Amino acid sequence: MTHPFLEIKALAKRFPTKSGELTVFEDVSFGVERGEFVCIIGHSGCGKSTILNVLAGLDAPSAGEVLMAGKEVRGPALERGIVFQNYSLFPWRSALSNVMFGVAARWPGWSRDRVRDHSQKYLHMVGLKDGIEHRKPSQLSGGMRQRVAIARAFAIEPKLLLLDEPFGALDALTRGTIQDELLKICAETHQTVFMITHDVDEAILLADRILLMTNGPQARVAESVQVSIERPRERASIVHDPGYYRIRTHLVDFLVSRSAELSGSSTADSPGARHQGPPRVVDPARDRTQTASDPAEAPPKVPADPPHAGTDERARLRAVAMR
Amino acid sequence: MLKSDTWRAVIVSVSLLVAFLGLWQLSTPAPQAEEAMSEYERLMGGADQEARVPSPAEIIGLAVSELSNPFYDAGPNDKGIGIQLAWSLYRVLTGFFLAALIALPLGFLIGMSPMMYKALNPFIQVLKPISPLAWMPLALFIIKDSETSSIFVIFICSIWPMLINTAFGVAGVRQDWVNVARTHELAPMQTAFQVILPAAAPTILTGMRISIGIAWLVIVAAEMLVGGTGIGYYVWNEWNNLDLTAVIFSILMIGIVGMLLDLTLAWATRLVTYQE
Repeated sequence: MTHPFLEIKALAKRFPTKSGELTVFEDVSFGVERGEFVCIIGHSGCGKSTILNVLAGLDAPSAGEVLMAGKEVRGPALERGIVFQNYSLFPWRSALSNVMFGVAARWPGWSRDRVRDHSQKYLHMVGLKDGIEHRKPSQLSGGMRQRVAIARAFAIEPKLLLLDEPFGALDALTRGTIQDELLKICAETHQTVFMITHDVDEAILLADRILLMTNGPQARVAESVQVSIERPRERASIVHDPGYYRIRTHLVDFLVSRSAELSGSSTADSPGARHQGPPRVVDPARDRTQTASDPAEAPPKVPADPPHAGTDERARLRAVAMR
Repeated sequence: MLKSDTWRAVIVSVSLLVAFLGLWQLSTPAPQAEEAMSEYERLMGGADQEARVPSPAEIIGLAVSELSNPFYDAGPNDKGIGIQLAWSLYRVLTGFFLAALIALPLGFLIGMSPMMYKALNPFIQVLKPISPLAWMPLALFIIKDSETSSIFVIFICSIWPMLINTAFGVAGVRQDWVNVARTHELAPMQTAFQVILPAAAPTILTGMRISIGIAWLVIVAAEMLVGGTGIGYYVWNEWNNLDLTAVIFSILMIGIVGMLLDLTLAWATRLVTYQE
């Protein structure tokens, strides 16, 4: 049995409160392969950001573990780059200097010129040049700032890139442009990405796989949705892909109704009904029989094999669909 | 619009100054010297029977003569205004920088560690409201040197705003920026100098600006107590000489130097201020 590049095992986060212990999420298990782009979607409060912070090493889980390339993640490290929703650029440094900060931290032995050249290369990649890179973040638009943050994260060439709703604060037009740039850069660099988003269309455009979380408290990753749409993808043409709306409907249906139905609090009375272990794998684009718009036809909620157990996934999916 | 506002403000300022000085000048007529001085008056060097507030013209006259030769030294009780101000500045800056040397690292410690904040807060709260001059007898007894004692008084009065502002600024550094430092595997000292110091610098400089203002207020009183040199001693000495012209002139000089100190720190604060 081969292990995925990033392995999350039975992760849980609990907080003590006045009325007892609050479980934000529990039993969260999934894997991310090298070069894979995985998005995670869920309602506010399901603990997405906490999961990302645990992956980053900024937060410690109450239970479970995270393995990256077989090694346990303990504390933050340069091999995992992060882009925060609020950019988190240093306002006293110029755009270039912000990127250089990361590069100099990653390769302390490099000369200043080399650090500068390397940083400039990545700023060019996100379209920041012609003197704009010398501006302070306060003199840049929100989109520009997020580009700088993305450049800083890519410039340290991390093994895993973590994006915490990076486009949440941007207007739709800017978001689209930067999504395109991110698609292009990821295609060039084969970057492994784990991204939080609230935007279903964004997830379909960018991701290879979308993890769906049930509502908190006691949230968990209920489904792992394959986005079987060929790359390279384009924002304009992807909507014409026959699988696009099947995936989209499946996701929206999950967010609207099933995320609450499957949530821990609603099944608390009958723990036996609770799905345990890794998330159910679904592939709405290829799996014709599954019409998520009709909940009555939705496949029974049975535990599935781990998604990366080495079995033929397609065959298993067909088996699930025929049941 | 802004420019015309500035000009209007200048015009109002100048008119106020002229009106004030004019009224002052008119209300303090020069002594009538038509009759010849009596023998008694000649013996007294032509001094008036009673002291009166000098007119602005006299003060300007003294200012011109003092400032045209500010560094003369004609004995312990007759030194130029420049020498006196230099002594005061020397004491203020020495005490101020010694305070900064202690307050900034300690403020960092308190700001970064909530435990240290809780542990040291009672001491700070008790020591902070003590008038710096109340330390003077103790300082004189322990240090046994009036010069060093006045520097100590400056030190003790300028340490608190710097300490509190540094702790406040450091504690208020956005967690995101600290997280960026953590994810970039920065060593603690690197984090302190590359992230926390620049982030807290505007608050720290504001504390330093408050400190230097207080130090300049306190040095005048301290020098009145310990005597010898300095602008505070100068004011008291001229009061003893009943030379009110010199007293008013030195009051003005205290204000101008204090303003220059404040402007310097304000300029330094602007250098490190960033826009979010």
